[in-house]
Amino acid sequence: MIRFDNVVKKLGGRAVLDGVTFSAPRGGVTAIVGPSGTGKSVTLKHIVGLLTPTSGTVEVDGVDVGAASGAELAAVRARTGYLFQGGALLGWLTVAENVELPLRECTRLGDGEISGRVEAALAAVELSDAADKFPAEISGGMVKRAGLARAIVRKSDIILYDEPTSGLDPVTALTINALVKRLNSRFGITSVVVTHDLQQALLFADRIVMLKGGKVAAQGTPLEFISSESRDVKDFLEAQLVAPGPEGLAAIKNSAAAARFEAERNRNT
Amino acid sequence: MTLTREPMFDDEPRGRLDSIGRRAAAFAAGVGRCASVTARSLASMPACALSGRRRRAFAQQLYATGVKSLPVITVVGFFTGMILGLQVGLALARFNQENLLGAAVMITLMREMAPFVTGLCLSACVGSAMAAELGTMTVNDEIAALEIMSVPPVKYLAAPRICSLAVMAPLLSFYACVLGVVGGGFVGAMQLNVDFRQYISSAIAMAEVKDLAVGLLKAALFGVIIGGVSCHQGFSAELGALGVGRAVQKSVIVSFLLILVAGYMVTRLAY
Ligand SMILES: Nc1ncnc2c1ncn2[C@@H]1O[C@H](COP(=O)(O)OP(=O)(O)OP(=O)(O)O)[C@@H](O)[C@H]1O
Ligand SMILES: [Mg+2]
Repeated sequence: MIRFDNVVKKLGGRAVLDGVTFSAPRGGVTAIVGPSGTGKSVTLKHIVGLLTPTSGTVEVDGVDVGAASGAELAAVRARTGYLFQGGALLGWLTVAENVELPLRECTRLGDGEISGRVEAALAAVELSDAADKFPAEISGGMVKRAGLARAIVRKSDIILYDEPTSGLDPVTALTINALVKRLNSRFGITSVVVTHDLQQALLFADRIVMLKGGKVAAQGTPLEFISSESRDVKDFLEAQLVAPGPEGLAAIKNSAAAARFEAERNRNT
Repeated sequence: MTLTREPMFDDEPRGRLDSIGRRAAAFAAGVGRCASVTARSLASMPACALSGRRRRAFAQQLYATGVKSLPVITVVGFFTGMILGLQVGLALARFNQENLLGAAVMITLMREMAPFVTGLCLSACVGSAMAAELGTMTVNDEIAALEIMSVPPVKYLAAPRICSLAVMAPLLSFYACVLGVVGGGFVGAMQLNVDFRQYISSAIAMAEVKDLAVGLLKAALFGVIIGGVSCHQGFSAELGALGVGRAVQKSVIVSFLLILVAGYMVTRLAY
């Protein structure tokens, strides 16, 4: 169980997280959604102690991560897989070497076992063909998937995903979401998924937490979420669940921000 | 100790005094971290040389350090010797003591100039590249990723770099010294009519083991300083490409200053 209790995080003189309280149940998939720049990545980094709260507490299975000793923190990290938003692959290692790094450096597995696990992880993210390429030689979406393979290759019981499907085509995105769900249901892995894709979150998550302006705007099961009366949730839902056809086009046409931009442009010319 | 950093203070300073105090605290913390990174890297030097996987990274760094800086050090070493030869030669010529030219050039180079110019070149060619590389990794969350995978970044990244500089700097300094002596002799022969063979024998006659030892020790110390400062600056890079640029700039400036100060200290202690 991951629990945030009234977490405030100030960065650069501004409260990026401003009293965030939620919990991610053990063995469940929790989706964190919300507009860009609201502190979703910052939230995720708190779980493994990459950032520590200015006030409030972050607990992982009873360990207060912000105040944990080096050994306690190392223990939490050792059982956590983390997909960074940018992939964070090491540039001088091939995709396969990147994925095997956590196994090589801190387990005593034999070569056969390691390569077996690496192949399985790469196959799961559909990257078997790119195993010998370097990160600079593959596309952004592929880097992301390689990072995902690296995050799942260890037998972790917590996996944190920072936008696993951003930059992927819808079909691959579905595969990845299914993988997240499958890892969770088959191995009971506690998963926290930061995503922009509300539709997928509604399908795959057990719990959805919506952040806005550093606060939790809404949280609950997908059903509770979709029937929420909160204006923020409704906006977010409507923006993503725009119906195709004339109605959808009208929605795009009537977007307030686009209208303001157009007006501004007309004024300047 | 974890490396992944966040700003020490998360609000605006309350006035002038507070801001000065904060800077002092940040400076002290930086010095401490830099020393800690350096010490832990040196402590894992045996592991670098012995364990199979680390040895590969170490060998790569040795190669990168040596090869990247070799052309520059060749030119700089040769010209330093030529400048020394010319200046000293002109002064000696006034007293008709040109036969001492070899000894003078040799001693200056061995004790002082070779380690010094090698240090500056290494800082500019190798240290800056290290700071840029590690800084980019910091900004891209790669260092954080290593920490989460329980791969200690200091052992994995800093140790091979700092140790390779500690090993390569004395070798390159020796190389610069040899080239400098040749350069001095070249100028002596071309401009001051000093016989090259006599120049060399005067140089070798005056060279003492102690001078060589002090020079090499100095170079090794410079290597450690450059490695430690550059790795520390890289790990401390702040957000964005701008942060990487600043880390590179700082690594070069701080290395230069420390090389000067440490060079003086060693000379002071040794002579
Ligand atoms: N180390 C830092 N120093 C200063 N400000 C930071 C730092 N890290 C994040 N921020 C700020 O915190 C805010 C939230 O950042 P975060 O990366 O969590 O957003 P996000 O919700 O993940 O957005 P996105 O969906 O675009 O990834 C941003 O405004 C960012 O500028
Ligand atoms: Mg983010």
